[in-house]
Amino acid sequence: MWLSNSSIGRKVVMSVTGIALVLFLTFHMLMNLVALFSAEGYNMVCEFLGTNWYALLGTLALAALFVIHIIYAFWLTMMNRAARGSERYAVSVKPKTVEWASQNMLALGVIVILGLALHLFNFWYNMMFAELIGNPLMGGLSATDGYGYIVETFSNPVFFILYIVWLCALWFHLTHGFWSAMQTLGWNNTIWINRWKCISNIYSTVIVLGFMLVAVVFFVKNL
Amino acid sequence: MDKNISFTLKIWRQNGPKEQGHFDTFQMKDIPGDTSFLEMLDILNEQLIEEGKEPVVFDHDCREGICGMCSLYINGHPHGPATGATTCQLYMRRFNDGDVITVEPWRSAGFPVIKDLMVDRSAYDKIMQAGGYISIRTGAPQDANAILIPKPIADEAMDAASCIGCGACVAACKNGSAMLFVSAKVSQLNLLPQGKPEALRRAKAMISKMDELGFGNCTNTRACEAECPKNVSISNIARLNRDFIKAKLKD
Repeated sequence: MWLSNSSIGRKVVMSVTGIALVLFLTFHMLMNLVALFSAEGYNMVCEFLGTNWYALLGTLALAALFVIHIIYAFWLTMMNRAARGSERYAVSVKPKTVEWASQNMLALGVIVILGLALHLFNFWYNMMFAELIGNPLMGGLSATDGYGYIVETFSNPVFFILYIVWLCALWFHLTHGFWSAMQTLGWNNTIWINRWKCISNIYSTVIVLGFMLVAVVFFVKNL
Repeated sequence: MDKNISFTLKIWRQNGPKEQGHFDTFQMKDIPGDTSFLEMLDILNEQLIEEGKEPVVFDHDCREGICGMCSLYINGHPHGPATGATTCQLYMRRFNDGDVITVEPWRSAGFPVIKDLMVDRSAYDKIMQAGGYISIRTGAPQDANAILIPKPIADEAMDAASCIGCGACVAACKNGSAMLFVSAKVSQLNLLPQGKPEALRRAKAMISKMDELGFGNCTNTRACEAECPKNVSISNIARLNRDFIKAKLKD
């Protein structure tokens, strides 16, 4: 199977799952913005996504995307370290045109996973999982009271700071990941590389700022 | 006239592929600025031979930036601090009096050290043998103008063909990936009408050979393009990815 036994195939898997995850982030961010305007509206979204089987199926597909992306990331990194050989350079200088993020995608990705674990614990566990095991009041609030959980989480300054750090790592990860996916899929040349880089910087910034806006607004409200 | 400089050289010494390597330190005195880096190593080696010591082994041939034989990872850069130039085109005026200059071989699993600064780059030849050519029937040559090639395409193919196969891309890459080399060699043929009939087969064969020889997976850091002495662009890598994906989808 060329998607696992050729270098370009493995990179194609990283690109396709990565782009799908970027789309997921886009929808997630848009839904979060609802919480800024209306508590009822946001809880309606939570209720809709928690109770139906299509949403559950979507969650499983999403989890599969994450798992594939993460497994391939570690696999590729292991192969690449082996290809580097056993000796390391005594002196090594990063050329100016090399982005810092591009050389640290795995480290950034690990921060993103850790943040994700915290996020699932803060929200998903108390909301979707609580409904699944039939104990909607597990987290102290009703499972569909997403708004309540946002207020609760961001009233804690430790969580607030951890979320901001998480989002910064995500920004670095996305700025490289987005254009890099296009390059790997072959949709690039000397003209498009600057366009893709510009698009991925703007797109990552919009997504991350959207998430941050919600965190900051709810943190400030609770001061 | 450039002024003379004195500096410290830290050079990697290794007796063979399996041996443990180490750095040797040498003091160089009054080297003129218009000495090329390789001439400076020649001066060092003459001194070593006079002292009855073993000279430093390094690769070199044409010494005019065309053959791709010289290598050397100098102060953290393949082919040294100059951009768009090979080690043989690097002059000592780039350095300052009192500098410490660290010289290492290419470090990559695909390029094992033969001795000191010389590495085995025959993996590149094997990749070329896998598909870096066109199959043509012999016979009377046709008129050159019978096949028209637009100027931008011809230029792009020529830029790809400027790759000298020195291996700086692999040396610069944190993943030890040979994608810049392979993509340049695929592009110089796949762009042109003569190379088109075998384009997809070529992309598949050369990539599979590259993977087999233990080179890494490209993660688009662009270190290769920054360090390439011929300024080969990673747009060639995008083209290779495109051709390879196309070929696999057709299978």
